[in-house]
Amino acid sequence: MIGLVLVSHSRLIADGLCQLADQMAGGGVKIAPAGGLTDDPYTLGTDAALILEAIESVWSEDGVLLLVDMGSAVMSAEMALEFLPDEQRNRCLISNAPLVEGAIVAALHAGMGNRLHDVNAAAEDALNARKVERVPENVKDKTCG
Amino acid sequence: MAQEITLGQLRRWLILYADRIIAEEEQLTRLDAAIGDADHGVNMRRGLEKVRERLLDEETQYADVGAFFRSIAMTLISAVGGAAGPLYGTFFLRAATSPHNGERVDLPQFTRMLRFGLDGLQQRGKAHINDKTMVDTIQPAVEAMEAALASGQSLAVALAAAKQAARLGMEHTIEIRANKGRASYLGDRSIGHQDPGATSAYFLFETAVVALSTPVPKE
Ligand SMILES: Nc1ncnc2c1ncn2[C@@H]1O[C@H](COP(=O)(O)OP(=O)(O)O)[C@@H](O)[C@H]1O
Ligand SMILES: [Mg+2]
Repeated sequence: MIGLVLVSHSRLIADGLCQLADQMAGGGVKIAPAGGLTDDPYTLGTDAALILEAIESVWSEDGVLLLVDMGSAVMSAEMALEFLPDEQRNRCLISNAPLVEGAIVAALHAGMGNRLHDVNAAAEDALNARKVERVPENVKDKTCG
Repeated sequence: MAQEITLGQLRRWLILYADRIIAEEEQLTRLDAAIGDADHGVNMRRGLEKVRERLLDEETQYADVGAFFRSIAMTLISAVGGAAGPLYGTFFLRAATSPHNGERVDLPQFTRMLRFGLDGLQQRGKAHINDKTMVDTIQPAVEAMEAALASGQSLAVALAAAKQAARLGMEHTIEIRANKGRASYLGDRSIGHQDPGATSAYFLFETAVVALSTPVPKE
């Protein structure tokens, strides 16, 4: 079964999302948060060393999917992958999925024992899930003037 | 002999750089407030305070120049937090992989270290010249070092040329539009402001002149 790493600038987001995704997956999937900085957990930022630790903590031969928020999260995640030996790095994937929805979908699909690329495809598809049927005419923007 | 840079000088360089960043925190934050999210000063101060603390600790020993730069890199990637963390981190990490003479580097080696660092930084951030980033400071500085080296200049002259080129590159970021990083979301509204990362990168070359071209007294 693949592992998941949730990377956010915010420790609160990463930890909270980990709890949420874990519950959705019924506790059977290895999910690790990597939010904030090692020594300053509640400062907003990303830390490649912390991400590396998270990858190692959920490592399996089936691979690890990384879900990231934005900006430096991507660069720090890429940097963490570079610290891994080739054979491990080749089994890690940084997803384009939205972090929250992607993590939940990924946890469900990982729990079903799906393969790395299939879990990622499902997570990336979470972008297309509609939450409400919008009737635009009923919601008016404030008109100026 | 005078053309070689010692571990002691590199240590002094990064301490001076840290002092400069700490002193300029407000300016860096002000620049980032104009075209980013107002945290470059705080991010860099947090990272360089950690670097400074490690360097001033007499217990910290470095096996060689490579280990020195690697230690700087690891501190920055864990303590800076913003985009500048992985970018400066990669710069120093790549520099560390370039050949050196153990506890010293000569001018050709040092110049190559900076080139390695710049290449790594560009692979990481995918920024090119005129994208309005720290690359606009570092690339001209490295090119100036390379040109000085090719024409047989001394270390002191090469470092002075790098500083001058870095300054011009930094100032040029005022005139251009951002294509990378947060500032790129602003499009043309980024014009007219100096890039914060280009500014923090300038201090690297500014402090290098003093730190690397004069001997360290107690060595
Ligand atoms: N892709 C990139 N390549 C090179 N430099 C970049 C890139 N993205 C951002 N920067 C530099 O980083 C600086 C911003 O750093 P900082 O404020 O610490 O990070 P963040 O943008 O995450 O808030 C910018 O001024 C710019 O010089
Ligand atoms: Mg910023």
